Amino acid sequence: MIQATELSKKYGGITVLNIDNLEIPKGQTFGLVGNNGAGKTTFFNLILDLINPTTGSVINNNIQVNKSEDWKPFTAAFIDESFLIGYLTPEEYFYFIGELRGMNKADIDSFLAQFSEIFNDEIIGKKKYLRDLSKGNQKKAGIVAALIGNPEVIVLDEPFANLDPTTQIRLKKLLGELTKNSNATVLISSHDLGHVTEVCERIVVLDKGLIVKDLKTSEETLKDLEAYFSA
Amino acid sequence: MIKHFINFEWKQFFRSSYWQKSIAINILMVFLALYFILVFLALGFGLYPILKKQFPESDPLIMVNGFLFYWFLGDLVMRFFLQKLPVMNIKPLLILPVKRSKIVHYVLGKSMISFFNFLPLFAVIPFGAILISEDYHTTTILIWMLLMVVFTFIVNFLNFIIESKSAETELSFLPIIAIASGLFALNYFEVISFSSLLSNAVNGITENPVLIVIPITFLAILYFVNYSILRPKLYVDGSLKEKAQIATTSDLTWTRRFGDIAPFLQLDLKLIWRNKRPRSSVFIVVMGLFYGLIFYPNPTYQNMPAMFIFVGIFVTGIFMINFGQFIPAWDSGYYKLLMSQNIKYKQYLNSKFSLMLMSAILMFILSIPYVYFGWKILVIHFAAMIYNIGVNSHVLLFGGSFNRKKIDLTQRAAFNYQGTGAVQWLIGFPLLLFPILFFYFPYKFIGFEAGIATLIILGGIGIILHQKLMNGITKRYLKSKHKMISAFDQSN
Repeated sequence: MIQATELSKKYGGITVLNIDNLEIPKGQTFGLVGNNGAGKTTFFNLILDLINPTTGSVINNNIQVNKSEDWKPFTAAFIDESFLIGYLTPEEYFYFIGELRGMNKADIDSFLAQFSEIFNDEIIGKKKYLRDLSKGNQKKAGIVAALIGNPEVIVLDEPFANLDPTTQIRLKKLLGELTKNSNATVLISSHDLGHVTEVCERIVVLDKGLIVKDLKTSEETLKDLEAYFSA
Repeated sequence: MIKHFINFEWKQFFRSSYWQKSIAINILMVFLALYFILVFLALGFGLYPILKKQFPESDPLIMVNGFLFYWFLGDLVMRFFLQKLPVMNIKPLLILPVKRSKIVHYVLGKSMISFFNFLPLFAVIPFGAILISEDYHTTTILIWMLLMVVFTFIVNFLNFIIESKSAETELSFLPIIAIASGLFALNYFEVISFSSLLSNAVNGITENPVLIVIPITFLAILYFVNYSILRPKLYVDGSLKEKAQIATTSDLTWTRRFGDIAPFLQLDLKLIWRNKRPRSSVFIVVMGLFYGLIFYPNPTYQNMPAMFIFVGIFVTGIFMINFGQFIPAWDSGYYKLLMSQNIKYKQYLNSKFSLMLMSAILMFILSIPYVYFGWKILVIHFAAMIYNIGVNSHVLLFGGSFNRKKIDLTQRAAFNYQGTGAVQWLIGFPLLLFPILFFYFPYKFIGFEAGIATLIILGGIGIILHQKLMNGITKRYLKSKHKMISAFDQSN
């Protein structure tokens, strides 16, 4: 589904990302871990064509992302708060995204119903603009919006950060169901090794822009990762 | 401790990216400040000779005192809109071992060294010096000057009290307008003559210097009132809390008829209505609508139709220019979303174009009453509207592709130059100047109708080529997409 070839990004002579070859097959739940500055967000930004690669390319479902806009209909993402429109209420925001993805209000309403557990009555019908919600609630709204319209590729940058424990558990369940019931390719980055090993089938470790580990998740993965990061 | 506070202020000022990035804006502000200083200096030096010449038999000092009421009233209103008590940046100090009372004194003290408080001195000192040299009593004048300083500080602190009270009542600027116009009316219709009351008071104090204790006591009381208002509010859920608005949802279903640009159109309308800065451009529209009243009835301009073209472009295009020059910076806060969502750039730009188009038509319709000043005005406005739609809207969209300045929508509107860069200045001239030239030459050599026809034809060409132009503009945006994203990503 996603193919990165000779992908690199340099800022002022410093290489922040350098991936020779990385292929993420369709339907895979892909986890990206690494310390600050490892290049996780840079990689996601390159997939979404939000920054230009210094060399190489990203191909999303046979479409080179910086050459054509045709990857947009089947790709969705939540990277940070700049993906939210602060002066809309959460409902209006969901309707807006829904409209862009060909879903009308009724579709969105029934779609949102399944998230009432996650929303915990703090998001819908509160007469608050997104900019006035707490960080955690903003994040919930952003993640849910990224799931609108059954995208085939979902990119979530640190979805667990800032969430309360209950929501973290519910989100893990949700992502698990998502990959089981649909054939979506899910890309997640996280600082929490426990969460990624639970959710992802495959985990790639980045360090200073380079892939240092590419693991198929198994019983030992968490231990491996912990050993790696404590070394 | 105060030493540290001052040190922080200094660093905050010079290390702010705002200062470092937009030198041009700062130069502009410095010029503006210099301009006001010069105006006040001129007033200070010129007042005495002018009054002496115009009213040889009156005492200039007494006359000036008669006007003080209006001066302070104007000062108060201006401060209300431009001067805010600097409380937001003291949050980190709250948990440090500094007495809260000290912080409050610091905030209030800092408000005293504001440009607004120094400005009057540029007029008061030269005026006073001239009076002394003209054989007035030195002590009298010194007392008078001191009094002016005290009054300025009284206005300073009075303003903060009014501000905090009107913030509590959610009426924003209504109270100050009501108070100011009430006082003005009472004075003007001589129900209570505040100006002579104040003037008598000032004269009384200058004659009997001991009485200056009264205004100083009043100042102290105001300071104390401010202190007691601010002191209990110094909590993160008090005055330091940013206000959350109650959201109002609206369907705007009527936008449906615009097809696939409807969602963007809705978004733009909400953007304009729910954020301070773009909302102010709506109020500017209302003011701009009356702009013609300055020119059309004025006999000096009657034989200068080129001037009317300027007014026509301005009146029918004011919203377009105000809103259009910051495309796409209005959306800078969530530009990454728009760029990764299922949106074609062209749709997005088309929605902006439609908004500008509708505004031009609406402004033309609203300006129809100007026909009172002659049918030519109506013709001019019509031609200007066509030109705005066909040419200026595309120029604005094209210029937007060079836009690299982020706009924070939640910031205040007045005197906010955020997002203003060289692009805005470069593009402003052709928008208003070119149509005048396009009109002027045919008008000069052939006639009025030829000038109008030129504008309409140019606008018409733009409208016919709309699709082609939009394709070209879209390409430019796509080309500069990454630069825009990274520029909008930088926080100011």
